[in-house]
Amino acid sequence: MADAVHLIWSGDANLFAIVRLSLVVTLSATVLAALVGMPLGAFAALVQFRGREALVVILNAFMGLPPVVVGLVVFLLLSRSGPFGELGLLFTPAAMVIAQAVLITPIVAALTRQVVEDLWSEYREEFQAMQVGPLARVSALLWDARFSLVTIMLAGFGRAAAEVGAVIIVGGNIDGFTRVMTTTIALETSKGNLALAVGLGLILMSLVMTVNALAWSVRRWSEKHAA
Amino acid sequence: MRDSTSDLPIRLEAVSVRAGTVDILQNVSLEIGRGAPTLLLGPNGSGKSTLLKLGMRLIAPSTGRISFGERSAASTRRSAIVFQKPVMLRRSAAANIVFALSAAGRPADAAAVAHLLAQVGLSGLADRPARQLSGGEQQRLALARALARAPEVLFLDEPTASLDPAATKAVEDIIVRIAGEGVKVVMATHDLGQARRLAGDIVFLVGGRVLERGASPQFFASPSTDGARRFLAGDLVF
Repeated sequence: MADAVHLIWSGDANLFAIVRLSLVVTLSATVLAALVGMPLGAFAALVQFRGREALVVILNAFMGLPPVVVGLVVFLLLSRSGPFGELGLLFTPAAMVIAQAVLITPIVAALTRQVVEDLWSEYREEFQAMQVGPLARVSALLWDARFSLVTIMLAGFGRAAAEVGAVIIVGGNIDGFTRVMTTTIALETSKGNLALAVGLGLILMSLVMTVNALAWSVRRWSEKHAA
Repeated sequence: MRDSTSDLPIRLEAVSVRAGTVDILQNVSLEIGRGAPTLLLGPNGSGKSTLLKLGMRLIAPSTGRISFGERSAASTRRSAIVFQKPVMLRRSAAANIVFALSAAGRPADAAAVAHLLAQVGLSGLADRPARQLSGGEQQRLALARALARAPEVLFLDEPTASLDPAATKAVEDIIVRIAGEGVKVVMATHDLGQARRLAGDIVFLVGGRVLERGASPQFFASPSTDGARRFLAGDLVF
């Protein structure tokens, strides 16, 4: 433990390069998942169409997607013989972003749908009485659900940050290129280099705690200021 | 000659509303024109709220016909409604007004917002989150939102049902003022005292049927139906 703390305290370049890459990959995946998942969730909440129930069931089921299966599917899609092989993304940070985004997009979409649908059932009659148009309706719902949506994004970020199975398959855990915190912890533990593994574990735990504290703060702030 | 831009008179001809196998309104024929407030009086479940929603075009009759002056059903409504438990948007009181003004296609400038808040006595609470206002304040804010539509007809669904006397008085004062400015108020209540204070005429409903219709003084002085007499005597009518 002392070695791990020393490693963090000394600002070990290798360790912080891994942390930096982890943050870049996870933040990118979270933004990508939000860009796809939030409109998809809002669409499923507000638009009646054939197959809507099936979409909701699929989104809910995919919240528990096994990371290794996601990794395998993305691997097959990005491998040389796959449909997107020519892009040359396999074993790059971009592939890791895609895998994490695929993993958390259903979480973001399903939770967004629930939040927007609940709010819509509350607002529906007032909006009908005010003759609020479709665009104004969607933007008002998303705005009024903003704090819940931020919490959803933080939940997605936390899920992606803690992920190891998918990114190790599509990233390859290449030193200095695709090695992130979780994959490094797995590797260094197996090699017996516990100082680095524990140091990264501490940082990862701190990150998860910070994300949860942020989510809690957002909730408290919204209760106080926007009710 | 009729005003082709007016929602009035609202005319119901043999209107029924059915939900599944339950008749909520049965064969209601009624005309609501300009003038003093019309109060829909009756016990819970008598169809008052459904009648208001019909007038607001939030629901359609199962059978019968309803017309609004000379206007087509597709035209923009000149009516507004305040529900018994209005839903406040998760934003400030002023932002709720801005939203209502924008939805009504009216300029949502600071002066318009301030004017509406002043009309309902909430000028000092413009920046307060709407959901943190008291029940009475929320009802007044809901009234301001409704007034943002510059309505010709204002439907009110028991707006003081859960308010204390002081808050009720504040809301009633606003209603009286609005009615005095020429807005047709159509309001549901089961509060006899309130009906006496506010009504120009009364529509008395029981079990989805209009039992009696008449000017307020006559209704209270000499009701013509046994149901109304019993209701006024404090009997449980349903």
